[in-house]
Amino acid sequence: MSVSEQDVRHIAALARLELDDARTETLVRELNGILAHMDVLQAVDMTIEDSDKALDADTALDAQADAVLLRADIASPLPLAAERASFAPNYEDGFFLVPRLSTHE
Amino acid sequence: MSSNAALLDVSAADLAEGVRDGRVAPGAAVRAALAAIERAEAGASALNAVLHRDIETANEFDQGASGLLAGVPVVVKDNIATLRMPTSCGSRILDGYVSPFESTVVARLRAAGAAIIGKTNMDEFAMGSSTENSAFGPTRNPLSQSRVPGGSSGGSAAAVAAGIVRVALGSETGGSVRQPAAFCGVVGVKPTYGRVSRHGLVAFASSLDQVGVFGRTVDDAALGLEVIAGADPYDATSCSVGAASFRARDSALTDHPLAGLVIGRPREYFPASLDAGIRAVCEHATETLRALGAEVRDVSLPHTDLAIPVYYIVAPAEASSNLARFDGVRYGMRVERDGLRAMYEATRSRGFGPEVVRRIMLGTYVLSAGYYDAYYLRAQEVRRRIRRDFTRVFASGVHALFTPTAPTVAFPIGAVSDPYELYLSDIFTVTANLAGIPGMSQPIGRVDGLPVGGQLLAPHFEEGTMFRIAAALERALGRSAHE
Repeated sequence: MSVSEQDVRHIAALARLELDDARTETLVRELNGILAHMDVLQAVDMTIEDSDKALDADTALDAQADAVLLRADIASPLPLAAERASFAPNYEDGFFLVPRLSTHE
Repeated sequence: MSSNAALLDVSAADLAEGVRDGRVAPGAAVRAALAAIERAEAGASALNAVLHRDIETANEFDQGASGLLAGVPVVVKDNIATLRMPTSCGSRILDGYVSPFESTVVARLRAAGAAIIGKTNMDEFAMGSSTENSAFGPTRNPLSQSRVPGGSSGGSAAAVAAGIVRVALGSETGGSVRQPAAFCGVVGVKPTYGRVSRHGLVAFASSLDQVGVFGRTVDDAALGLEVIAGADPYDATSCSVGAASFRARDSALTDHPLAGLVIGRPREYFPASLDAGIRAVCEHATETLRALGAEVRDVSLPHTDLAIPVYYIVAPAEASSNLARFDGVRYGMRVERDGLRAMYEATRSRGFGPEVVRRIMLGTYVLSAGYYDAYYLRAQEVRRRIRRDFTRVFASGVHALFTPTAPTVAFPIGAVSDPYELYLSDIFTVTANLAGIPGMSQPIGRVDGLPVGGQLLAPHFEEGTMFRIAAALERALGRSAHE
């Protein structure tokens, strides 16, 4: 599979990236160079034997069910070094002021 | 050279013991390490390994220190959150950003008495294998200044190799601790996925990321890992399984300390095309393992050649999602534009460097409608096969595997420009990240004066076995590991 210039522009829009023409052209070449190496995956035999599935168990973890620490499900203050207001340029009445959303595209 | 500078040659364990016993002033090594940074970063031959430093630390340590790493200076990679220094991830988009909370690993180091004296250079958002992708310029390899230190944790590896610190933290997604450790002639450990908390590690690819440790010696790295390992309520993927200490003890002193252990030598990691010099150094290490009492057995991991294609689908896919948060609103820089979407696009395009853009594009593509099954889903299924290869070999009675860490020694800065060619330098390391198993690199010799790393891989949560083998090999190779 390969990507066209139109694909690259579409992907850039999805990824919220602004690309000029020169960069778009470079990315078409680079991405196609990389994707050519991925084609080998299409040839892999995907049959799974039952003996394979048995190998997927997380035995070390299963043997020690209490190994993962979970916090009690109660609200507690976040471990922050400073007041929230100091994190952002605009903070008012407990809210962070961010750029307007009113220019809906 | 002052006596304080000599403290940097003392092992982390001995230094901490000296500080606890009162034989060494608690701030002495901290001050010596800060002075060593000053020297390493001065003039035209500056390493560019340490991006930020905390010069107040030494004075605070004069008040005293206790714990496993009492008075031991440590540097950490710039994608690990610290309160007192910026966390910029080698990126313009986070230039000057200071985290409002501290990572669990750094909190644990501080609690163990360590002094966090600096943040180290890295490939932007840990995407790279040479530390040339940093927005703050490339780091030089202290052993050969015209060459790369490896990456992405190149600054941490270089700081240890330059003698600034005995212990440093890095992070691994596909070999970013082991490969620079090999290029710089130091020890680098990637623990089992889940062994170390990632709370405060800036996410790259969450199913692969793990904090790792560099040490000048195997014991330095083992002590560092011992301090940061274990379950953390702030990271549900972390857990406490198996040994709490990884330091090899008296068993290393017997003639055949590895008797009873079977070490596999996977043929896929020794292809016909492998550099002859690296092959010869690995052969010598293999013979040494035999002489230490281990049985060395040829084994096969048949899906190894699929690891790079799988990795470069899974990692960019996860990165494209994780890096969506850098939008000009929540963190760091903002490029003002009319309209929110235009602001996002302008900020991200100017804030991210070329390799990060390339990987976000690749990741967005493989996750997009129509391509998800062919790329991402298939890659995850092949990833399972790579993991099963390891499980099958370990279930056959093999305790650990021995391989070269990287297919080449450190290459000259600017020598590799094709992205995929650079991706191939991770060919022997990405498999451990894909399978979640622990791995480490240690110096085993040199080719043309440049260090060669030998890699040990072990089953999940079997770091203890890995360190036991590494310590015995280090002791047996002695000076020849660095010659």
